[in-house]
Amino acid sequence: MKRYSAFNLFREGLNGHKGWEPAWRSPQPAKSYEAVIIGGGGHGLAAAYYLAKRHGLKRIAVLERGWIGGGNTGRNTTIVRSNYRQPQIQRLLEFSLKLWEGLSEELNYNVMFSQRGALFLGHSDSDMTRLAERGDALRCNGIDAELMTPAQVARLIPLLDMSDMARFPVHGALIQRRGGTARHDAVAWGYARAADALGVDIIQNCEVTGFDIQGGRIAGVRTSRGDIATDRIGMSVAGASGQVAALAGFTLPIESHLLQAFVSEPVKPMIDTVIMSQSIHCYISQSDKGEVVLGGDPDLYPTYSQRGVPHRLEEVAGQAISLIPALSRLRMLRSWAGTTDMSFDGSPIIGTTPVEGLFINGGWCYGGFKATPGAGWLLAHTVATGAPHEINAPFGLDRFAAGATVDEQGTGPMPQAH
Amino acid sequence: MLLITCPHCGDRAQAEFTYERPVETVIALDATVEVAVETLYNRANPRGWSWELWRHTHGCGAWLRLHRHTATHEVAAVALLEAGA
Repeated sequence: MKRYSAFNLFREGLNGHKGWEPAWRSPQPAKSYEAVIIGGGGHGLAAAYYLAKRHGLKRIAVLERGWIGGGNTGRNTTIVRSNYRQPQIQRLLEFSLKLWEGLSEELNYNVMFSQRGALFLGHSDSDMTRLAERGDALRCNGIDAELMTPAQVARLIPLLDMSDMARFPVHGALIQRRGGTARHDAVAWGYARAADALGVDIIQNCEVTGFDIQGGRIAGVRTSRGDIATDRIGMSVAGASGQVAALAGFTLPIESHLLQAFVSEPVKPMIDTVIMSQSIHCYISQSDKGEVVLGGDPDLYPTYSQRGVPHRLEEVAGQAISLIPALSRLRMLRSWAGTTDMSFDGSPIIGTTPVEGLFINGGWCYGGFKATPGAGWLLAHTVATGAPHEINAPFGLDRFAAGATVDEQGTGPMPQAH
Repeated sequence: MLLITCPHCGDRAQAEFTYERPVETVIALDATVEVAVETLYNRANPRGWSWELWRHTHGCGAWLRLHRHTATHEVAAVALLEAGA
């Protein structure tokens, strides 16, 4: 791998940029691998990278049905934070956030991780009580959180409607200053390049069509590009978890729903933090290109269409304009939707499956992007050692029957409610 | 799927309706614990045709059975939930 550096950039500049190499190869699948990762999104590529880097596996393949980073990795709103309420999920996402903080250096690839702060606005006394409770829970576990007064919020986001007539009056906020955004494609590409450099075969346009299971144990995987023998598989296929699990003969506590997002035309810098709310479901940030990125609630019914209903966008736009009236002058550039793995407690599933040698990372609902490095690291650990790490141990498939769910929202076993 | 034909109200916007759960995941009152847990938590989650419970929440309030395709959003049938169903 040719390192990306100021020196190499300068040298290639003199050379007409003819010396750069492709960032990863396009190998033919081999007959067998030590481990196979299904799904070439950020999570899967990260898992392959950490399998090679931390666990020293030499022959690893990533199988991707389409192209890498083309699923939910390329369809999220790029928000990274760890300011959750439940200790188990706090620990998982804080572990991930710490990996984010060193990721560009680790991968020698600029993932544009920008710790611009992520805040939840409070619009009532009860909102502020909930936010203070969450802030206390975070600080008790060593994660940064600051409660802000309305004046502090107004100074940070001058465009917020702070008037007496505001539809959503701002009573304060809870900010995680280490939260922020990252460039979603760069995360997939950075992991792909670094994994490839360690010898990982990234095989695109390769759909998994079945498993070779002998005596309840994984012996291989069947794909559209031939059969591959392996005794360890990690599946990281959010949006298609149910289909891949069905190929292996089991069902999951997951429903596939849909989440939309949309962006405005690019404008000059106007919002330099990530804005969310305790009461309304609308999140606002501005990309490095200048587009205002907006997201909200899912569409609330099972679907694989990757195509949402317009009234949901209208709701999000209405809420965003109520918070920041200046947004009403922006034209929307494009909208899209991703298929989300909605689990039954709103928390992910990382661990073993009923099939020995097959491990799962999924059920991330619509919050998986922020976990990319951590989820990959933990899936790699689980695949390499055959057992979950203590950080992902609370997120096994068995937690549902055991009643040990990690229900961040406290809404019960309704996938659409999380 | 932007229109759903309610047996009482006719063609109505999907926004008036609320998805509840797949029909087969309604737990029988006499189910064993194992069956109840399995039914409560595990989903076939098909990419294709599925029978689902919906409710015309912002309309007549009726509970409905929809035969719906989860990838194309076609709705093949809408039926009222009969007594005892």
